[in-house]
Amino acid sequence: MRHHGFSSEALIETLHTIQSTFGYLDLEALRFVAGNLRLPLSRVYGVATFYNFFTMKPQGEHVCVVCLGTACYIKGSPDVLEAIERFSHLTPGETTPDKKVSLVIARCLGTCGLAPVATFDGELAGKIEPMQATGKIEEWLNFEH
Amino acid sequence: MNTEELHQIAIDEQTRQRQYKHRLFVCMGTGCLAAHSDQVKQSLEAEVERRELKGQCQIASGGCQGLCVAGPMVTVEPQGTLYQHVQPQDAAEVIETLDQSPIERLQDRTTESFFQRQTKVVLNLAGRVDPERIEDYIAADGYSALLKALTEMTPAEVIEQITASGLRGRGGAGYPAGLKWSTVGKARSEHKYVICNGDEGDPGAFMDRSVMEDYPHRIIEGMAIAAYAVGADNGYIYVRAEYPLAVKRLGLAIRQAQKHGLLGNNIGGTSFNFHLEIRMGAGAFVCGEETALIASIEGGRGVPRPRPPYPAASGVFGQPTLINNVETFANVAQIIARGSDWFTGIGTEKSKGTKIFALTGKINNSGLIEVPMGITLREIIYDIGGGIPNDRSFKAVQTGGPSGGCMPTEYLDIVVDYESLQKAGSHMGSGGMIVMDETSCMVDVAKYFMEFCMTESCGKCVPCRVGTAQMYDLLNKITHGEATLDDLAMLEKLCGMVRATSLCGLGQGAPIPVLSTLRYFRDEYLAHIVDKHCPAGVCNITAAERTTA
Amino acid sequence: MTNVVTLKINDRDVSGRDDETILEIARQNAIFIPTLCHLDGLGDIGACRLCLVEIKGNNKLLPACVVVVQEGMEILTDSPRLAEYRQMIVQMLFAEGNHVCSVCVSNGHCELQDMAHTVQIDHIDLAYQYPKREVDASHNLFSLDRNRCILCTRCVRVCDEIEGVHTWDLMGRGIQSQVIIDMNQPWGTSDTCTSCGKCVQVCPTGALFEKGKAVAEMTKNPAFLPYLVSMRESKKSP
Repeated sequence: MRHHGFSSEALIETLHTIQSTFGYLDLEALRFVAGNLRLPLSRVYGVATFYNFFTMKPQGEHVCVVCLGTACYIKGSPDVLEAIERFSHLTPGETTPDKKVSLVIARCLGTCGLAPVATFDGELAGKIEPMQATGKIEEWLNFEH
Repeated sequence: MNTEELHQIAIDEQTRQRQYKHRLFVCMGTGCLAAHSDQVKQSLEAEVERRELKGQCQIASGGCQGLCVAGPMVTVEPQGTLYQHVQPQDAAEVIETLDQSPIERLQDRTTESFFQRQTKVVLNLAGRVDPERIEDYIAADGYSALLKALTEMTPAEVIEQITASGLRGRGGAGYPAGLKWSTVGKARSEHKYVICNGDEGDPGAFMDRSVMEDYPHRIIEGMAIAAYAVGADNGYIYVRAEYPLAVKRLGLAIRQAQKHGLLGNNIGGTSFNFHLEIRMGAGAFVCGEETALIASIEGGRGVPRPRPPYPAASGVFGQPTLINNVETFANVAQIIARGSDWFTGIGTEKSKGTKIFALTGKINNSGLIEVPMGITLREIIYDIGGGIPNDRSFKAVQTGGPSGGCMPTEYLDIVVDYESLQKAGSHMGSGGMIVMDETSCMVDVAKYFMEFCMTESCGKCVPCRVGTAQMYDLLNKITHGEATLDDLAMLEKLCGMVRATSLCGLGQGAPIPVLSTLRYFRDEYLAHIVDKHCPAGVCNITAAERTTA
Repeated sequence: MTNVVTLKINDRDVSGRDDETILEIARQNAIFIPTLCHLDGLGDIGACRLCLVEIKGNNKLLPACVVVVQEGMEILTDSPRLAEYRQMIVQMLFAEGNHVCSVCVSNGHCELQDMAHTVQIDHIDLAYQYPKREVDASHNLFSLDRNRCILCTRCVRVCDEIEGVHTWDLMGRGIQSQVIIDMNQPWGTSDTCTSCGKCVQVCPTGALFEKGKAVAEMTKNPAFLPYLVSMRESKKSP
């Protein structure tokens, strides 16, 4: 926040910084931001819930993002998503009870040439098949520390 | 930095480049990186090291070649050989054969037409400039247009050139850039802003990502020229948070330009000041709408407001603001450097220059292409795109994203420009071009886009907030075989109403996919409603529903 | 500096200052334009789209509440097309929430209900959406029933612009949007609410009401607003 000069227009930048540090936005963090940027609480909460990129739920240890952009949709990403959903018993936005895996959908990851695409912990996988995706999830779920 | 100093950097860099007998560029775009092009680069570097060829052979990072499915791609200069699907273990062979004929195995003749039929203006340095080095860009004449504008032209002359070039906004609507610039130029205010709209939200489009990743300096230069022309001293590049590589490279480019005195105070030794910052979006399609983008830059919910007043009069923080799209700014420097006559030599009467498209869907060569305005859809799909895979037949091509239309076979021979696409019930949009074959259900496609608009609606105005939900429910009923002809009539009525009454482009455009598919594929809607049957076999209409209906 | 302009509304010659909106000029001349999100004394947002009018030479419909008049404008405030669109907008609002007039505190004093009469709708052709929305009765004086909320944001604006605390805002987006108090918390636990009750008075429906009011008993009086605004302004400029 200091970096952005404590100005109110820095709200979104500040939320980005918090989310990239802590993985999600909790109420305490939002209150802190509102206090420091001198913004109304409801405005901060309103902004945090307006944008898809921000999440107020902690994410799992591993995150799988399935792209549902047009090119991916046409090329079968709904099948990939369905396979993952069936395998992991997750719907998009959810995390497994053991906090290991979160499933997220994206509007478009901008790599349509490789459609359908998904990312596994940020690593992009192109031309993905349903079996390949569930295999990766299985690997995550079975991994013991 | 003045013109002589810039020239010196260019010469130094060119000399440095000439030292090398061979220069290999490994694509570091998002697509090739996903295929581990970074590992290919490392092994090429190791191979050069091992053979002690460091002084003769340079391994550099390059930009996107467009054909992401063929990645990782490596360009070998000066021969201009293009290798596809290069693996780390190919490194030895690639280096070994540098002075011999190219490796057949790594070349794919079937994609030749993909590269040959394009006209590259914005993407003309593709693959041969390291996006992370300002010297590379300067050696390719970068920033000479900015200094030319600052030292040889008045702001009015710059605007004149842009107006004469006929450049139109590449974000979708095709508003003449010169007119926009002169409106902002005429606004009286102490502070003005220039904004680059890099919130490429259309699903199935990635032109701007690629331009931002590969040509960050070209965008900065275009924005600085625009700022000089309209009298702005501050600017923002608004980038989607989903594009981390673009954010990183633009940030790096801004710092490099500042260091070289090409951004900041007294640019080029003149009295012109221009300060540029990046603002990250946070996943809201509506922020591509300029008033919503402004609200987002100001740190608020990305909600549009009625226009007028237009941003040209009252934009960011209430100041006159010029907003153009990434590709628009990326054209500016070359227009100033090469003159408007050169630019008007490309394209059609009313649409000048080139357009970048993200060609995807059911097509052999899916990728990023740049074509002159006036090319036909058929040339794009069959010559550049290599046709439809698996011997299936073409059904429709969709342009314009969630507010665009689907054009059937009989439109394959129309030329691509703003007017003719509009006449065909679609529009240019920002450049997504999605090809569909007989296995795509047009009602399902319409439903897909409506679902998109419904969840991306900001919720401010009633027609868009409620109308998109109502239309989605009706489309859902149709694809489930539960709809009646009355439902179809209501859908059409809602389309007209939402189109006419919504506050911003998102709502006004939301009905277009439905309207265009109804125009060309009405029989598919009727098949779902009357026969309870999905001709493409996509929609899951169960037998039980068929008997009860 | 403002100039005086002349224009035509529904073929009648009228005049106004060039900083006045179409809606203001129309009202001065007793020409009716329906509005719902607009309220005298609050900033306009052009969201409900009921006040859309046709302007000659412009193929887009424009909201009368925010568009300022220009010399020579020719405005049409009513047409078969506008009438149809207005009917659909009101229908959409009824279909979006859960509006059961017969059990509502505002029955008979509701601006949405009145608007249905004004634009002459007697049934809803659209499918009801039956959203699941929450009621908040945690405040000791007032209640919020989100089922009756039409998202006009008058409460948000009055709290921000007039009371100055910005307790209210919107969360989420699209069809999922809803009004919130502070960090989306029960009203009674608000850190900022001054319990001034302005939001209740400006709410066009029965979404915000005083506790203890029975069916059809809740009448509202938002007329205090223009008075408050003018008093404040006269204090600012001596």
